[in-house]
Amino acid sequence: MEEKKVLDELKKKFPDEVLETSALFGDETVLIRKEALLDIIGALRKQPFEFTMLLDLTCVDFPGRAERLEMVYHLFSLALNRRLRIKVSLSEHAATVASLTRFWKNADWLEREAFDMFGIRFEGHPDLRRLFMYDGFEGYPLRKDYPLRKRQPKVPLKT
Amino acid sequence: MGLKPVQGNFITTKFNNILGWARKFSLFHYPYVTACCGMEYMSAACAHFDIDRFGAGWTRFSPRQSDLLLVVGTISQKQAPVLKTVYDQMTEPKWVIALGACAVSGGIYDNYAVVQGLDQIIPVDVFVPGCPPRPEMILDGLLKLQEKIQKQEHDWRWKKRKS
Repeated sequence: MEEKKVLDELKKKFPDEVLETSALFGDETVLIRKEALLDIIGALRKQPFEFTMLLDLTCVDFPGRAERLEMVYHLFSLALNRRLRIKVSLSEHAATVASLTRFWKNADWLEREAFDMFGIRFEGHPDLRRLFMYDGFEGYPLRKDYPLRKRQPKVPLKT
Repeated sequence: MGLKPVQGNFITTKFNNILGWARKFSLFHYPYVTACCGMEYMSAACAHFDIDRFGAGWTRFSPRQSDLLLVVGTISQKQAPVLKTVYDQMTEPKWVIALGACAVSGGIYDNYAVVQGLDQIIPVDVFVPGCPPRPEMILDGLLKLQEKIQKQEHDWRWKKRKS
């Protein structure tokens, strides 16, 4: 089948780095090691994959797991009209991953958002600072252990 | 600026009434629009639901030149110092209308980023609930503010006031 070809090719090229693949409901997903991120993305941008567009870059927090943070990248191939999801597992204490700004300019702000909300540091990012919250904000709001209603007011509130 | 009855004799109360009439029908508003309620504010300000027929048609995008601060939309913690600065820069007499559920009480955003209600930062005169409020509700809020302005005691003598 055409859909499985991308995953099979990727597994053939990087047998050690690709940890698992799945194609549930037409979503092709691949879980990789974080050290191989730049190599795999570099290979995916070329023939025969041609995933030239980064659609989204985000993170999910699974508090039960040992490696609780999971980076999710969505790539799109304009030539083949195909999407691919790449997942990278990170542990809380080593929450750093390579930055994709060398490949795509839109990774710049997407990574700033991931840093702001989850505290993931991106090596090689030109200007890693908070995007949504203000500079003195402490903590990373979208992690599951940040209290939902904890407010850090910048102006002294009256009530 | 409380709602206590106006003190004084016939001349001063009449003058107060005239001042109230003049101020309520010549409001220059500053639409501090941050979110979706701005659409309803724009509807209220444009031809169909005309806000100009109540005298409040002139929009001034400068706090120095306006006397009504219309806070429309969600105020985040990051935005709060900016709003406070704008409010402090407005000259007396000034009034504030909190438009929309987010400005009134934080709306559906009970979380780390949103100020839960405008009155936690600045004093508010009229709260207009709704998500978003219909333009008729906005105009109703403006009318209530006009009633309040008519009834309140106006400070027409030159004296320093703590706000």
